[in-house]
Amino acid sequence: MPEFEPVIGLEVHTQLKTETKMFCSCKTSASEAPANAFICPVCTGQPGALPTPNLRAVRLGAAAGLALGCEVSEVSVFARKNYFYPDNPKAYQISQFDKPLCENGAVELDLKDAAGGVRTKTVRVHRAHLEEDAGKSLHAIGSRQLDHTLVDFNRCGVPLLEIVSEPDLNSADEAYAYLMELKKLLQWVGVSNCDMEKGELRCDVNISLRPKGETKLGRKVEIKNLNSFKAVKDAITHEIGRQAAVLNGGGAVDQDTRLWNEKEQKTVSMRSKELAHDYRYFPEPDLSPLRISAAFKEELKKEIGELPKAKKDRFKAEYGLSSYDAGVVTGGKGLSAYFEACMSEVKRSGLAVPAKNVLNLIASEFLARLNGLKKDSVTLDPGDKELISPANLAKTAALTAAGKLSASAAKTVFAKSWETGKDPETLMGELGLAQVSDAGLIKDWAREAIAANPKAAEDFRNGNEKALGPLVGVIMKKSKGTANPAAANAAIKELLK
Amino acid sequence: MEITEKDVEHIAELARLELAAEEKKLYTGQLKSIFGWMEELNKADTASVPPTSNVLGAANPLREDKPFYFEDREAILKNAPGREYDFIKVKKVIE
Repeated sequence: MPEFEPVIGLEVHTQLKTETKMFCSCKTSASEAPANAFICPVCTGQPGALPTPNLRAVRLGAAAGLALGCEVSEVSVFARKNYFYPDNPKAYQISQFDKPLCENGAVELDLKDAAGGVRTKTVRVHRAHLEEDAGKSLHAIGSRQLDHTLVDFNRCGVPLLEIVSEPDLNSADEAYAYLMELKKLLQWVGVSNCDMEKGELRCDVNISLRPKGETKLGRKVEIKNLNSFKAVKDAITHEIGRQAAVLNGGGAVDQDTRLWNEKEQKTVSMRSKELAHDYRYFPEPDLSPLRISAAFKEELKKEIGELPKAKKDRFKAEYGLSSYDAGVVTGGKGLSAYFEACMSEVKRSGLAVPAKNVLNLIASEFLARLNGLKKDSVTLDPGDKELISPANLAKTAALTAAGKLSASAAKTVFAKSWETGKDPETLMGELGLAQVSDAGLIKDWAREAIAANPKAAEDFRNGNEKALGPLVGVIMKKSKGTANPAAANAAIKELLK
Repeated sequence: MEITEKDVEHIAELARLELAAEEKKLYTGQLKSIFGWMEELNKADTASVPPTSNVLGAANPLREDKPFYFEDREAILKNAPGREYDFIKVKKVIE
């Protein structure tokens, strides 16, 4: 049977973080409000009402485009997409068609390969354009199916940016990584909160299979109704299996729109009998073309500042971090600022500590505690008093780098310093956690360890390397974790030679 | 481009219009002459004219992102075909 290569493209809709709708001044924050609380003649399509674009939405759309490496068009054009549906009161959606706001971008992904290494993949962004959201249709209340449909226009007219990727993705993992990268970039420039559960980020998947080595695309299937990052991954995995089974059985995949059924973990055909889509796009006569001046773009670039990719490259060059490590600390704007605050503390106080030690402490202890505090790497503030100060984190890392603190003792000191705000070196003394490297003392402990464990000692002498662990463990226990592990290993080996 | 009765039927379906036989015939003829005129326009030499999507020529009249509460939502809801509490009620749209 031939091996198949999945070809996947994503269409992502992200809600732009504005106070008001795309073309009218109705509020967007309506999740708690009663139905149809924030509606007006413009967003409900009353005769004679005219749209006016939201400056902030345009700004955010352009900012997202810059973050995605797109060209932001000097002139883009709003267009009407015509279709009838009760949640679409004007019978057209204002979108952009042949002249979108942003084009030709690229997003770089760091992917872990099977061998545990990291490879970089570039996913091209075809376009990103502004449009307005539709209303919300209710077909059931709780588990009770209605015999009619209820419509709420609170969401109707909320600004969206639709981001369309090229079909450059070839697996569920890649699609997932792309989505996470999009989320990171959009959060970085403050364009959207990207909470999929709240509908701030929505994703449709286009997917087809072709025999490996074939360049022609297979017939594609669209998957909708994906409400979480996990659902995107699961649905793609399932759909690849389904299409492969059809093709291996000698069949052909139908061009189709399918829904992800979370409960049954499978995609189901919508079996839509509607006409082939014929949206009859044409330029929106009520709106003039959108002009973005060079000055506006420059101002925006300044406001956005260094993007994660540039920051990552700088961290690699400036601090000698690996690509993967630099990726970790540039996972969110707040986290990267925190890391830099630590490093400038290192510089300021002349601490002898490689960036890697600072990074290790951040990647393990710091991030774990951050999650516990319900804070995240995007919004965290290096000056936040609820966090360990960058100075104390840098000092803890320096003590580890100097061999004064063992890894396990560093954890304890780190935690205590976080809770009390005390200086790590002072805490090390108070807690008696300074690492012991004194050869004589360690040798004494090693002798005691061997005496207490004749069986393990015997096994080790007979060549069983694994027996070393329990013996060193005894030393650790006797020294309350302060013995230098390398010295402890060496002492046991020396005595049992 | 030759306009046929089939095109008129397709457009009518997209616009959710029901046309009687004589209406179809009438509109086919009218559309034919409109498209004929377009073809006449197509003969004009536009090689040096950039395409335009808008004749207003206005610069972006953009709006500040400041909420404004529209007070007469009842007037809007009154225009709806049906209502249930705060919702607009329509015929069931999915099976």
